[in-house]
Amino acid sequence: MASTTVGSIAAVFRTCSVTGLKVNRDAENLIKVNAVFAVVFFLVGLVSALLLVLTRWQTVHLLSAEWYYRILTAHGLNMLIFFIIFFEMAILYFAGPVVLNSRLPLPKLAWAAFALMLVGAVLVDTMVFSGKADVLFTSYVPLRADPNFYLGMILFAVGALIATGLFFASLVVAKQEKTYEGSVPLVTFGGLTAAIIAVITLVHGAIIYIPTWLWSLGLMNVDPEVYRMIWWALGHSSQQINVAAMVSVWYLLGGLTVGAVVLNEKISRSAFALYILFISLASAHHLLVDPGFGPSWKVVNTSYLMYMAVLASMVHGFTVPAGIETGQRLRGLTKGMFEWLRKAPWGDPGFSGMFLSLVIFGFLGGVTGVTIGTEQINMIAHNTLRVPGHFHTTVVGGTALAFMALTYYVIPLIFRKELRLWGLAKIQPYLFGGGVSIFALSMIYAGIFGVPRRHWDISFAAAPFKVEFHPAVDLFMGTLALGGSIAFLGGLIYVLVAVLSVFFGKPLTDEAIRKGTAHVPQGILKLPPQSHGEAESAAVHRSGTPGTLVLVFVFLLVFAVYYFTNWKMLSLVWKIG
Amino acid sequence: MHSAIVAPKGIWWKPAGRQEKLWVTIAFIWCMILFAMMPFWHLRGGQNASGIRSRVDPAAYVARVERFTQEYKVGEENGIPVVAPPPGSEVYLLGRMWSWSPILKLKQGASYTLHLSSADVNHGFHLFPVNVNFQVVPGYDYGLRITPNTAGEFRIICNEFCGIGHHLMTGKVTVE
Repeated sequence: MASTTVGSIAAVFRTCSVTGLKVNRDAENLIKVNAVFAVVFFLVGLVSALLLVLTRWQTVHLLSAEWYYRILTAHGLNMLIFFIIFFEMAILYFAGPVVLNSRLPLPKLAWAAFALMLVGAVLVDTMVFSGKADVLFTSYVPLRADPNFYLGMILFAVGALIATGLFFASLVVAKQEKTYEGSVPLVTFGGLTAAIIAVITLVHGAIIYIPTWLWSLGLMNVDPEVYRMIWWALGHSSQQINVAAMVSVWYLLGGLTVGAVVLNEKISRSAFALYILFISLASAHHLLVDPGFGPSWKVVNTSYLMYMAVLASMVHGFTVPAGIETGQRLRGLTKGMFEWLRKAPWGDPGFSGMFLSLVIFGFLGGVTGVTIGTEQINMIAHNTLRVPGHFHTTVVGGTALAFMALTYYVIPLIFRKELRLWGLAKIQPYLFGGGVSIFALSMIYAGIFGVPRRHWDISFAAAPFKVEFHPAVDLFMGTLALGGSIAFLGGLIYVLVAVLSVFFGKPLTDEAIRKGTAHVPQGILKLPPQSHGEAESAAVHRSGTPGTLVLVFVFLLVFAVYYFTNWKMLSLVWKIG
Repeated sequence: MHSAIVAPKGIWWKPAGRQEKLWVTIAFIWCMILFAMMPFWHLRGGQNASGIRSRVDPAAYVARVERFTQEYKVGEENGIPVVAPPPGSEVYLLGRMWSWSPILKLKQGASYTLHLSSADVNHGFHLFPVNVNFQVVPGYDYGLRITPNTAGEFRIICNEFCGIGHHLMTGKVTVE
């Protein structure tokens, strides 16, 4: 522990015995509280998820209609907003001050931002669970919730905006105080990308929730279509913060687990820049069959101006595994095309979670998202179960799983605790990733048969006109329940490991790391080399990454088949237009 | 070479390797194909949701649906009027908490302009089992040129959450 005085400001640091980074005490404490509350809100969302799965599985049909829609509202908000954004704030406090060996400017303001977010989130949840905001996650005007619901959202957004501002401030402070040499590391650059997108997102949140709050008080009018457009610049763009943060976590965990390298800083950083420029256009994905917008607006926006953000993801989808492959080859795993992958540390949940996240996000999330986000194809997908099927593979199988994988490194590195339930932690990514994949694919197939999302009773028992779905739908709703329950189990293990380790875990000492203990990921015990000599890396780079090349071409094939099959399906429906 | 937590020193804007260049080029070409498909479908495809879009006062739209219903009414089912508009006509469908009105009788192979709007909150138009979906927004009239190419009984399912009775909101279309 060392106290450093910078001008008149005293900041307390410790030096991390694993990574050698100088860790600021303020930043460290803020990482801790944000991560702990992320897990608390995750648990609320997780229990909600199980109740929803057991309701949509008509064999059980657990909740009443009223509680189904109420819990659905809670699930969306707690998972997509509270859990994810609290976790992202923790990542920003790490990617800024910690990675740059710097102090955190204005720590008191950082605590105020955290308090605002917490008060906002608790207010929103209070409104939802007391039945005063049965408006679902999207709260489309003119469905009306209690004014305090919108107020809570505003408080949360303002708090997150302040915390994001402090991340920018920490970059300035680190640069001025020369706490690092050269350019910021790629992880910080990715964090910066996420932070810039977060500003765009949160400003839209404020632009739409402030008028909506005033509308709920009877003070002004809000146009339903304008609401949908601006709200989705919050609702969809917030998922793009996730994408940027998740990709940064892939790079980070690649480095920590197997010594993955950055093949080319230019390529990876340009890809992040493409996200900043184009990814926020994606709010159009929700407006493709809306009456408020013309075809050219829809085509330009839904494609992120000619798919430039898709290009970015496809680039990361290559550079991340290629960096892992190169890192492994530098460590001597050079045999054949796939020795680097076969001999990867599959028992390290930090690695397996990261790699599964990459595969699920790319193969399932990316492919389905681009396809149903195509202007015309959206007609056969909008508001069916295909939509939640898609985004559970991006934000749950992708982002949430990557964040879980990171948690297995945060607990020993930041909380300095050994992991409890280590045996379960090792299988957790497989349970969660596998469960989510079965669950989401079931939704996608059921959606292709026309099953609506956000619907309490697809047997239509009390409806004036009966609807009988194809018998296959029963099967898919059953596998949906199966996959959902497995994912729930995986989520529960995650919460147990995190809570038990943080609050009841054995403190991790430097001596335990030196001697080796069985209860931490292998990257902590023996951090792979993070830098390599020029001659050595040039030789490995020349021999290339044949394994990754095979993987990305398989990906492209899957993408093309799925994409054109959907055009074929569209061509069979009634003539429209 | 270094990992992503190491700060690169000096100039890192260096030429990419052969394989990175190859993949970026292929990905770029694929993105252009994805983009070109949408304008192409507008020119050659049979399903485009451009429609005729205008603002409409919800009360005025309700009145328009009532006039349309009176004009072509041929019966009633479950208390909802059944309407048989002539081929080529303007057809008006109203979504409201929690019903679709009227019931439509259409001719196979004939074209109609189907207008969709809502009297209250957002609704979702899903034609079952054809599986086409449109957002129904209060204050906006979405007029879509449709040509039923299959005969039979169809259902309209509301697939946008519209309150506690959302799951009761089904309607009917028959094509002969």
